[in-house]
Amino acid sequence: MSELLLTIDGKEVKASEGMTILQSAQRAGIPIPTLCHHEKLEPYGACRICIVELESQGWTKLVVSCLYPVEKNLVVKTRSEKVDRIRRTILELQLAHAPESLPLQALAKEYGADRDRFEKEPSFCILCGLCVRHCTEVKKKNAIAFVDRGTRREISFIPEIASRECWKCKECFSLCPTSYLQAAYFLTKGLAFPSSSSEPASEE
Amino acid sequence: MARINSSVELEKARQNILSRRGPNQASVSVCAGTGCLASGASQVIDAFTAEIEKQGLTMAVSTKGTGCPGFCERGPVVVIYPEEICYLQVSPEDVPEIVSKTLKEKKVVDRLLYVDAVTGEKAARESDIPFYKHQVRNLIGNNIKIDPKSIDDYLALGGYSALAKVLSRMLPEQVLEEITKSNLRGRGGGGFPTGRKWAESRNAPGDPKYVIVNADEGDPGAFMDRALLEGNPHSVLEGLIIGAYTIGSHEGYIYVRQEYPLAVENVTIAIRQAEERALLGKNILGSGFDFTIKVHKGAGAFVCGESSALMTALEGRAGEPRPKYIHTAVKGVWDKPSVLNNVETWANVPLIINLGAERFAKYGTERSKGTKIFSLVGKITNTGLVEVPMGITLRDIIFKVGGGIPGGKRFKAVQTGGPSGGCLPEELLDLEVGFDELTRAGSMMGSGGMIVMDEDTCMVDVARYFLEFLTDESCGKCVPCREGIRQMLKTLTNITRGKGKDGDIELLEQLAEVAGEAALCALGRSAPNPFLSTLKYFRTEYEAHIKEKRCPALSCKDLIAFYIDPEKCQACMACVRKCPAEAISGGKNRRHVIDQEKCTKCGTCLQVCPPRFRAVKKISGEPVPPPVSEEARTIVRKSKET
Repeated sequence: MSELLLTIDGKEVKASEGMTILQSAQRAGIPIPTLCHHEKLEPYGACRICIVELESQGWTKLVVSCLYPVEKNLVVKTRSEKVDRIRRTILELQLAHAPESLPLQALAKEYGADRDRFEKEPSFCILCGLCVRHCTEVKKKNAIAFVDRGTRREISFIPEIASRECWKCKECFSLCPTSYLQAAYFLTKGLAFPSSSSEPASEE
Repeated sequence: MARINSSVELEKARQNILSRRGPNQASVSVCAGTGCLASGASQVIDAFTAEIEKQGLTMAVSTKGTGCPGFCERGPVVVIYPEEICYLQVSPEDVPEIVSKTLKEKKVVDRLLYVDAVTGEKAARESDIPFYKHQVRNLIGNNIKIDPKSIDDYLALGGYSALAKVLSRMLPEQVLEEITKSNLRGRGGGGFPTGRKWAESRNAPGDPKYVIVNADEGDPGAFMDRALLEGNPHSVLEGLIIGAYTIGSHEGYIYVRQEYPLAVENVTIAIRQAEERALLGKNILGSGFDFTIKVHKGAGAFVCGESSALMTALEGRAGEPRPKYIHTAVKGVWDKPSVLNNVETWANVPLIINLGAERFAKYGTERSKGTKIFSLVGKITNTGLVEVPMGITLRDIIFKVGGGIPGGKRFKAVQTGGPSGGCLPEELLDLEVGFDELTRAGSMMGSGGMIVMDEDTCMVDVARYFLEFLTDESCGKCVPCREGIRQMLKTLTNITRGKGKDGDIELLEQLAEVAGEAALCALGRSAPNPFLSTLKYFRTEYEAHIKEKRCPALSCKDLIAFYIDPEKCQACMACVRKCPAEAISGGKNRRHVIDQEKCTKCGTCLQVCPPRFRAVKKISGEPVPPPVSEEARTIVRKSKET
């Protein structure tokens, strides 16, 4: 992998080819907020909060840093009026679903996002997909998945798999930025496999 | 079925078909496209077959169900050859007369001809009908001559000659040069230069390479690709094979929505027939070039028309867009170079090879060449499919080809480009139709949907309608699209219900910015367009809804009321009897009054009130006048006074 140089927030940063802007910024200690990103998982690009501005020959372009590959002489701004405005609205949209989420609240404070801008529709889940992707990509179990699409999209445990696999894993619990995932798990368990024979009694 | 092993053999096969048919043989073409089938075309075809046999003409006349010629408004459409006499809205009962008069006596059945609504003149030949006369039908013109289930019909019209030319006399580089020179741009929406896309794939490392037909047409009211794939599937296959040869691909896919069963059936048959003739498969036309095509049925998601979502679905996963800072032409299906073009784009390819780039580019504006098929729908006299040269004005499409607005109503706006497009107002009717021209005006070419709206259409409600469609069809992966559209729809719905408030327009503009700038795919980024374009050209309508709680088009139910003018009401009982909500009181000689609490605003009273009275009024933004007193309701007739 060959090394290249790019500029992030006026600072010259070294990166190797194939890295994303986010990775190179993180390596240089420049913070960019993320909600759906995890270093062990494939880039997903769903929350869009890591959006940054690229500058080139007088024009600017917005890209999400978790996906955009570094290029030689790239000029990146991680904050700008527009970037902040978009991040603020994204946070406000998410807070309508999960007003109590700690990561969301912390970011809301930083970006001046109004928790009450949009009518509350507490679904508790912000559909970052960390649980789904961890189960698919790392554990390769597919015990949890997205169902439906558009505004009806939600996460759901697959009872047949979850009853076999989840009690001994639960790795996704700590990834969840809200408390929804655990609630969904215990609900599924309560309804679909309350007395699963494969689960030791001590777990209860 | 004999294999065709060279371009010479192809020409021989064609001559063979023609000699069997004879140049002046009478034949009956009945449109068997989806529209005409719905209005009874298959019964018409059966009636022709039976009647021709009954009158002893089976040897002399052939009957076929063909592709869609576009005049869906007047289907079932029948054309009699060789005279090209066009009959409209034909029913099985008309068939005996057509057979005995037109086929036997060579006379025209007057009552089935097109009649000009203004001049009253009749047109016997297809090409004399104004709807067709102002079109340039390079792509759909052959539909009415072709039985889409017969490769012979396509071969008879010179089909696969472009492929033969390419394989026998052109290097891939030369084909690429020709396509690039023609300035063909993608007909699916984006208008990306086809030559450049092909070159990117051709030059990209990676093997195998794929070519794909995007037949996942999903815009509300659009059916261009459907008519091409159903009506002339071989033209699409021929284009695809030429594309494959050019970029060095040996595997192709047709991604077609399963909601198009006839398209799936016809293209599947076409592939099999082409394989039997060695126009597909191993050693095509004896050239040594191998290429196969598979049909992949979509599972009903609008978003799968987006290139990266389509490719994800093709790989067998849920159809969600994936980030593409690298073009799919370089890294597409299974991360291999993949050329994805729309049905209409592929169908243009054989045309360019046969005509040559220069003659193809004869039509058009500076940067948009050739013709474009639009599905012209909405408040328009001639609903149907039209193919027009790029550069034609919107006015000519709507008034010359489309025959204007029915019912004496006034034109208000035309929506182009589907849910990602925008609404253009009357001031822009003289805009020349082209990719950049439409984009500059705040709309887009899209795949060719064209919805005409008249004065009764509320533009805020139009924006709301499209956003409602998109909330259903968004894949739900990224926040700006899923959540942004959800909130936009909520706000727009409130406005149309009279619950709009100050700041709503600004909120919508901010959400539009977030979706437009930050959404993952083109669907999300273009989702605000219906709102942005209606705001740009019809801002006063938004303001009237929000500030005055008034719907200027008198369309939003929560903002209108029906009211009977006591001065004009003659107590004829028509509205009292027809009101489905029993909301109108009154009797003979008692002026009618609408109970606003009970009224469901269906508008029946307005429709049934006799034109000589015109007593029912639709109002908005003003209070309903209080009902007249009980005493004043009695009508004292003059005749009874004396």
